[in-house]
Amino acid sequence: MSAIDQLFITLKHWMVSFVPPSLQPIASVLFSIIAIIALFGSCFALTTILERKGLGRIQNRYGPNRVGPFGLLQPMADAIKMLTKEDIVPAAADKVLHYLAPIVLTVPIWLAFSVIPFGRNMSAIDFDAGIIFFFAVGASSELAVFMAGWSSHNKYSLIGAMRAIAQMVSYEVPLVLSTIPVIMLAGSLNLSDIVAAQSAETAGICHWNILTPWGLAGFFLFLIAAAAESNRSPFDLPEGESEIIAGYLTEYSGFKYALFFLGEYLGLFAVTGLGVTLFLGGWNPPLTDLGFVPSWLWFFAKFATLIAVFIWVRGTVPRLRFDQLLNFAWKFLVPLTLVNIFVAAVWHLATRIPTSARWLVCFGIILVTYQSLGRALNIGRTASRYYRYAQ
Amino acid sequence: MPNKITFFITAILALTAAICAMRLRNPVHCALSAALAFAGLAAVYLELDAQFVAFAQLLVYVGAISILALFAVLLTRGMEVGPGAAIASRSWLTGIAIAIATLAVIAGPIYASSISFNLPTDSVVAPVHSIGQDLMSRYLLPLETIGLMLTAALIGAAVIASPDLITKTARHKAPAREPQKAEPILASTT
Repeated sequence: MSAIDQLFITLKHWMVSFVPPSLQPIASVLFSIIAIIALFGSCFALTTILERKGLGRIQNRYGPNRVGPFGLLQPMADAIKMLTKEDIVPAAADKVLHYLAPIVLTVPIWLAFSVIPFGRNMSAIDFDAGIIFFFAVGASSELAVFMAGWSSHNKYSLIGAMRAIAQMVSYEVPLVLSTIPVIMLAGSLNLSDIVAAQSAETAGICHWNILTPWGLAGFFLFLIAAAAESNRSPFDLPEGESEIIAGYLTEYSGFKYALFFLGEYLGLFAVTGLGVTLFLGGWNPPLTDLGFVPSWLWFFAKFATLIAVFIWVRGTVPRLRFDQLLNFAWKFLVPLTLVNIFVAAVWHLATRIPTSARWLVCFGIILVTYQSLGRALNIGRTASRYYRYAQ
Repeated sequence: MPNKITFFITAILALTAAICAMRLRNPVHCALSAALAFAGLAAVYLELDAQFVAFAQLLVYVGAISILALFAVLLTRGMEVGPGAAIASRSWLTGIAIAIATLAVIAGPIYASSISFNLPTDSVVAPVHSIGQDLMSRYLLPLETIGLMLTAALIGAAVIASPDLITKTARHKAPAREPQKAEPILASTT
């Protein structure tokens, strides 16, 4: 069974062996790059159609169903539309920045896929400080948002860009802080090491990080911060149509808009891949008896489930207002993530009390913090109902 | 040697970006060129096998400080150099002299210190593990001092930007109290 597991690795080694030895490192990296681009490009196409159909069903309507069986060839129609649209650049826009912004957005996000382990031995580059690389390239995408908003020479674009940057910078803090317990307890910044640390098992159940109280809380905090980082509903104020037309994307048409769209979805895929790696055990199976299923299949199953959860949340929850957005990040998520770090330390050091007591104490601390923060922050906000005709 | 080629490419890129950050007319272009210079510096760190420093440089400088600079540029419009004005100031000779003097002050002690006498022959490998351990044992005092400074900066920024402080000082300067004579008159008529 490990033959299927290492299928892609052996395939790559076989293809690299045809290249002269001096060029083999370059060829190896090139094959990884081509595989990642092909795979996540088609994932992007599939996700656009599945999201539209999923959202449609949540909203009690069919999604696109004209093009191809069940509308599955809709991405082709979208691609042709985007490519043949006229590329309008405003006359007063800063042409160089306007042209560069979609490129500067998309290129670093492709870089982020290089450190995620898709299966056993299957990460493109194995950095010693892999997680920091991931967050660093994520931070580079904020500059592109600013370039897009500012170069359009449009006040709504600029306001949208400012809001988007404020949101992305604010939610980067809980995103990074929620991954700190994982790094702390795995003892390494290397993503393959973190996945390997989750391979341990007791009674046939693998030690995914989500099966610990700090892992559970950290997972949900990570999901919320990840949705906000990729400007995804309910945090899509910067690009909501009813709010600000399209925010920093207003003056972009045709293929540049498609590149922004691609960049946003790729960002979503990257943080979902990171979430699966950090909290859901990466390529580990849930039960060791199911270890015959290839590791990359487990990774993509978890990945697909998380994407489905994101689509589900998008169709369900209303959008947050801007002040609600920033209050939520700084006053609610950041204290919770700090408490989560403390709870992870308590969990790790209290090994002599039985597991149920550990769960009770740790989860109790998180729950108490959550409830007290929630209630304390809600005090001035709910207006008391005044019934005009029923006094 | 591929190392030298990549080093020259990244070094030229970083230097060009830094020169553009000084010479361009549009302040936003200058700030973005500065971000590119920071990224070039991160690439140089990567070539020296200092992965943690390179990624931290990207995360902090490109991800946060460049955005800070951009916000500062945007919130202080009106500082743009007009199309006819010169970029270089009139006292550029004095400026160059001061720059050379500063370089001498910085470079002098470095050349006279022990580092320049015994340079490590092969690249120093500093895995993140050892950086963490050094930070917690040998460099604990600088770490805590920097943490204290950052906390003070954060609190200071929050206090300066706080709207309560502004309205409180305004209220203190001009106490306007309405006359409260209305109620006793009403009370006396009932």
